Amino acid sequence: MTDLPAPHRRSRGERLRAKFAKAPYSARFGMVMLSLYIITALFAPVLAPYGEAEVIGKAFEPWSATHLLGTDQLGRDMAARIIYAARNSMGIAFLATVLSFVTGGLFGIVSALLGGWADQVLSRLVDALMAIPGLIFALMALSLFGPTVVNLIIIIAAIDATRVFRLTRAVALGVVSQDFVEAARLRGEGTLWIVTREILPHTLPPLITEFGLRYCFVFLTISALSFLGVGLQPPMADWGSMVRQNATLITYGNVTPLLPAAAIALLTVSVNFVVDWLLQITGGGRDGR
Amino acid sequence: MSQSEATSRRPRSAAGLIAATVARRLGHGAFTLFVVSLVIFSLMSLMPGDFAKSILGQAATPETVAAFQREVGLDVPPVQRYVAWVGNVAHGDFGNSFVTSGAKKRAVADIIAPRLKNTMFLALITAALAVPLALGLGILTALKRNSFFDRAVNALTLTTISMPEFFMAYLLLMLFSTKLHWLPGLATVDAGDPFLEKLRRCTLPALTLTLVIVAHIMRMTRAAILNVLDDPYMEMARFKGITRARMVLRHALPNAWAPIANVVAFNLAYLIVGVVIVEVVFAYPGIGQLMVDAVSTRDIPVVQACSLIFAGVYVLLNLAADIASILSNPRLLFPR
Repeated sequence: MTDLPAPHRRSRGERLRAKFAKAPYSARFGMVMLSLYIITALFAPVLAPYGEAEVIGKAFEPWSATHLLGTDQLGRDMAARIIYAARNSMGIAFLATVLSFVTGGLFGIVSALLGGWADQVLSRLVDALMAIPGLIFALMALSLFGPTVVNLIIIIAAIDATRVFRLTRAVALGVVSQDFVEAARLRGEGTLWIVTREILPHTLPPLITEFGLRYCFVFLTISALSFLGVGLQPPMADWGSMVRQNATLITYGNVTPLLPAAAIALLTVSVNFVVDWLLQITGGGRDGR
Repeated sequence: MSQSEATSRRPRSAAGLIAATVARRLGHGAFTLFVVSLVIFSLMSLMPGDFAKSILGQAATPETVAAFQREVGLDVPPVQRYVAWVGNVAHGDFGNSFVTSGAKKRAVADIIAPRLKNTMFLALITAALAVPLALGLGILTALKRNSFFDRAVNALTLTTISMPEFFMAYLLLMLFSTKLHWLPGLATVDAGDPFLEKLRRCTLPALTLTLVIVAHIMRMTRAAILNVLDDPYMEMARFKGITRARMVLRHALPNAWAPIANVVAFNLAYLIVGVVIVEVVFAYPGIGQLMVDAVSTRDIPVVQACSLIFAGVYVLLNLAADIASILSNPRLLFPR
């Protein structure tokens, strides 16, 4: 009996590969596009033909061999700025989302674990903050503190952390009542140990898919703020502000200003396709938003 | 608690039960509004110390800074200031704009009133267009689940959800205004314009907003109906042999109204965010554009008033959603 060869169990890598092979076309498309975006963001200085703020011609030059997508309202190369904007827009949204997950997630788990008045105070505070629409809150805060990159990241992260808090707390509440948490408590483990070693691993799967959705949301909010002129400030290239600054061209039937907007749309569509698929294979039932 | 106590405390009629639930929800809504006003007020009280200087310019003397702070009321204790502020807002007095302060002050309320009317007009048109369309599409896709039509609409709405509002706005503008010349690309309306002209100018902004919220409402309607279809009594209905259309319309829909009402109100509230961007794209003189301008010029009283209005509408719509779902809950209408 002991001589029998063990049945072949597929390794984690093999199982993942099998899942990828069965992924629908929308998800594969999303993954390919996402990789392209990340490569563009990482290697922007190598890929871009000119500098981010380099004025290399007259304003609004048409598409040509030297300037693939023409020039913008100040005579900077449009293609180069679109490439640099990948780095700025995606990077800042990524930082804000990470920050919001670290703070919102931590507070959510601790709140669920502690319960009692601490949980009540935190939950009521978050409810109140969530009663104000995110974009409005961001506009209000930016008008007070001024639109710098650091302020933008902190404000957006704070707004988004309230949403993350809600979800993490809800998920963690289910985990907190499990026996193994009780066992860890009785063993005399500290709160930090319980949070990081017992609760966090069990709340991670739903949080990872949520990360994709929140990233889209944060990214769109920052683009919207930049579009409104209160997000990333010049000369930093950003897809949202590029659309606004070159919008006059649209009334002449020129599609160039729509390209940065299309870049935003394509990225969020790709992320959504991938998240949709992840939700399906992890069995999450989130339809709609 | 004994059995007799439990029965005596239960409201006798359905109306009584509903009234009690609605009253409790209204109380909760009032409390939320209070907290929201407190949050907005405290945030605005956080004005950085050098704020007066940045408004008055670098040449500001200590005297002018002190005068500015007195005018804004910064020399009064916060609690007193909050009570005065809420009292004034209740009378429709939002204070004076910073930007035009000085010789000729403009009241924030006077700046906002006509703009608010324009935004309400736009929102009403959008709601009238979007809600029936979205509900119809949601029910249809639920009826024809997994058909080509369902998949196509699903992919299309997932795409429109993912797009930034301004992308959609400029695409429509390019198509209907620049290329086809059917509609005006600028939605500049005056109070004196005739109704039909206003409607024509509002078409593109309203269409953009419609596309944005139809996707959400339709997907949630479909999900809510499909969710009910998984229940055991729907299986029973299937065994009885009734048609799928009757199953969805007669049995699933009444039980799905609560989440649907919720998502409709939620999306109307979402219009608030969409309206800010769409108004800027089409230069529509609404409250969203006003707020963005005020943020750029750091005109705090205007920002404060706009935030309060937006947040207030948002809270009220969410409240309406909850009350609608209470009223549409069949279990509450027929208490045991």
